[in-house]
Amino acid sequence: MSLQLFLTIILNGLTLAALYFIVASGFSLIFGLMRTVNMAHGSLYMVGAYIGYALWEPLYDQDAWYAWYIGVLAGMAAAAAVGVVMQKTLLGWMQGQELRQALVTIGLSIIVADQILAGFGGNPRQFFAPDAIFGSSYVPGVGRYPTFRLFQIGVAVAVGIGLWLLLNRTKVGLMIRAGVDDRAMLSACGVNVPVVNIVVFALGAALAGLGGVIGATAQPLAQGVDGRFLLISLVVVIVGGMGSITGTAIGAILVGLAEQVGQALFPTYSVILTFVIMVVVLALRPQGIMGRAP
Amino acid sequence: MSIRLSRRYALKGAGALAVTAAAGASLKSPAIAQNAPIRIGSVATLEGPFATGGQDGYRAMEMLFQAENMTIGGRRIEWIRESSNAQADVALARARKLIEQDNVDIIIGPLSGAEGIAMKDYSATLTGKTIVNGSSGAADTTLRNPSRNFFRFNTDGTQWMAGLGNYVRRTLNVSEVTVVAGDYAFPYAQVFGFSLEFCRAGGRANYLWSPLGTTDFASQIAQIPRSSGALVVVHGGTDGLAFMTQYAQAGGNLPIIGGSIMADQTMLSARGPHRRLMVGMVAAGPMADVIDDPNWTDFVARYRRMPGAFPSPSIHAVNFATNTMAVIRALKEVNGDLSGNQANFQRVLAAQKFKAPTGADVSLDHNRQAISDIFLTRIEERNNQPMTVAFQRATQINQTLGTPEAAFLALGAPSRTNTGCIAAS
Repeated sequence: MSLQLFLTIILNGLTLAALYFIVASGFSLIFGLMRTVNMAHGSLYMVGAYIGYALWEPLYDQDAWYAWYIGVLAGMAAAAAVGVVMQKTLLGWMQGQELRQALVTIGLSIIVADQILAGFGGNPRQFFAPDAIFGSSYVPGVGRYPTFRLFQIGVAVAVGIGLWLLLNRTKVGLMIRAGVDDRAMLSACGVNVPVVNIVVFALGAALAGLGGVIGATAQPLAQGVDGRFLLISLVVVIVGGMGSITGTAIGAILVGLAEQVGQALFPTYSVILTFVIMVVVLALRPQGIMGRAP
Repeated sequence: MSIRLSRRYALKGAGALAVTAAAGASLKSPAIAQNAPIRIGSVATLEGPFATGGQDGYRAMEMLFQAENMTIGGRRIEWIRESSNAQADVALARARKLIEQDNVDIIIGPLSGAEGIAMKDYSATLTGKTIVNGSSGAADTTLRNPSRNFFRFNTDGTQWMAGLGNYVRRTLNVSEVTVVAGDYAFPYAQVFGFSLEFCRAGGRANYLWSPLGTTDFASQIAQIPRSSGALVVVHGGTDGLAFMTQYAQAGGNLPIIGGSIMADQTMLSARGPHRRLMVGMVAAGPMADVIDDPNWTDFVARYRRMPGAFPSPSIHAVNFATNTMAVIRALKEVNGDLSGNQANFQRVLAAQKFKAPTGADVSLDHNRQAISDIFLTRIEERNNQPMTVAFQRATQINQTLGTPEAAFLALGAPSRTNTGCIAAS
């Protein structure tokens, strides 16, 4: 394998990891604070992507340069809105009943998938990135490389830094971190925990929506992506450790690299490599790489 | 409580009565056997990934039955539609239901490869029943262990590639290609058909396989050798779209040669950078959107009058239509007489020679598998709409692509490692 091919594959892995990180960070955030295993996270990804698409397409037809950015905002807003409704009407009052929440969110994901199929049909769709980030750029050691994939890394880094600042430097972040440690005490201190929950859920869902639009620009958007991204989020978060942003980043990089290296070396069995990583982590460090021991 | 109980009993009683009545009716029917309906069952995918294809197949069948006024030889056609989801076990269960509960005489179906093999095996256990394929295209449905009760008037996935390998090697003068293909049975068959011709004509091929459902092909695209003169893409649906989009984004510019399901509407109706590469793509298959043939023009015009029809019939509509045409023709020839365990009907069916909707002559070989024409197609923009246009026709392609059957079978079943790329000695 030539050095150039090796570097290309590593870069492919990192850019894919960036997408996985954006989606999985929302999943990890929701789990970290509320212990809610949101099995409808993939549906939020799909809602964001399809609603974003519905707003993007007419604008793109008019050659509006801002079409894609509107798509991103619409996707995030739509996913956040669905997330708020979910938390307010369904998950809020079954707080702490993990199995019940898991089953309810699985049910929701089936309903959402069918509604999207009814509304948008089965044909695959795809966003086109704005001209500024379309085409390819020169990367030393690699050569021409799709600009959008590099852009994905930028977004992921921004999301990572943004989340870190939010959690560590703001009052909301303080409440969220306190809630992770002791919800009852936080509530006793006069913080309206249900409102904090809704804010966190909206944020996590918006990240899924952001991932949806970015993912649907890099790969086709079709029925079934919800299940795929839910599975990836689960694996990333299990490997990285529940509720840790750094852990999610490490998990995403491992899974993204495994997928691309596997595809280059042994394509048929590349899927297995991802799960081998998960099995090894679960065997040696069940709480995940950056997870805190219970 | 007592009210609920009695209501339940009343319902049960009514149900029992209804069942008895129904049974009575069906018991009576043999008495008027002279004009008893011909019961035709069908299995197509109305669920799952190929749901639109299944629907389109039934659209074509309905069109053909309606043209006969739902009557053949004075007997009414009673058509019982079943649905599958492209899974072999589901198709098999629905076929059993049609035979055992609905007591059908003939089944037309199924749509997808593994289903076809399951239904062929099932047909071998039946007596006095006939199964005619719908749109499935696995080679082994008729090539290995054929069943005397299973007939297929459409060509299979390997046949569909006939002529393409020679075209790439001789006409385009490309000596080395890279084949990117899905890692499952249908692409194996297609790659086998392509490689057999291409390598025999002195070409060299590299192969890159990826599992069905792959969405990020970046690392595979990076591995395409620079020495390749063309890219042969044997993907379908979203896999094909993802590959082509990412290849275009990576700045790829090799000429594209397509498998038979690359040029379908999933790919052509989707917008995106892949379109730039797709226009001019050469592929091979049993049909095209534009075929210069009066039979095809007539068929498309009739098809478009059906409710919900696409601008151009899908490959499944064409395959279901071809198979249904054979059944209708044979039933007419025997005047609707299926007596004698259908022995006479099956003999007449096997001897059918007719023109498929595409204008291709169809006849069956000794395994009851179609010998017919394959089209080379090119994607052209017409009225700002990309469509496949047939520009060359390979006539009367048999299942072994002209190789003697024993020699073809000796090559073994197509697989990831058995690509059919054997240089001429």
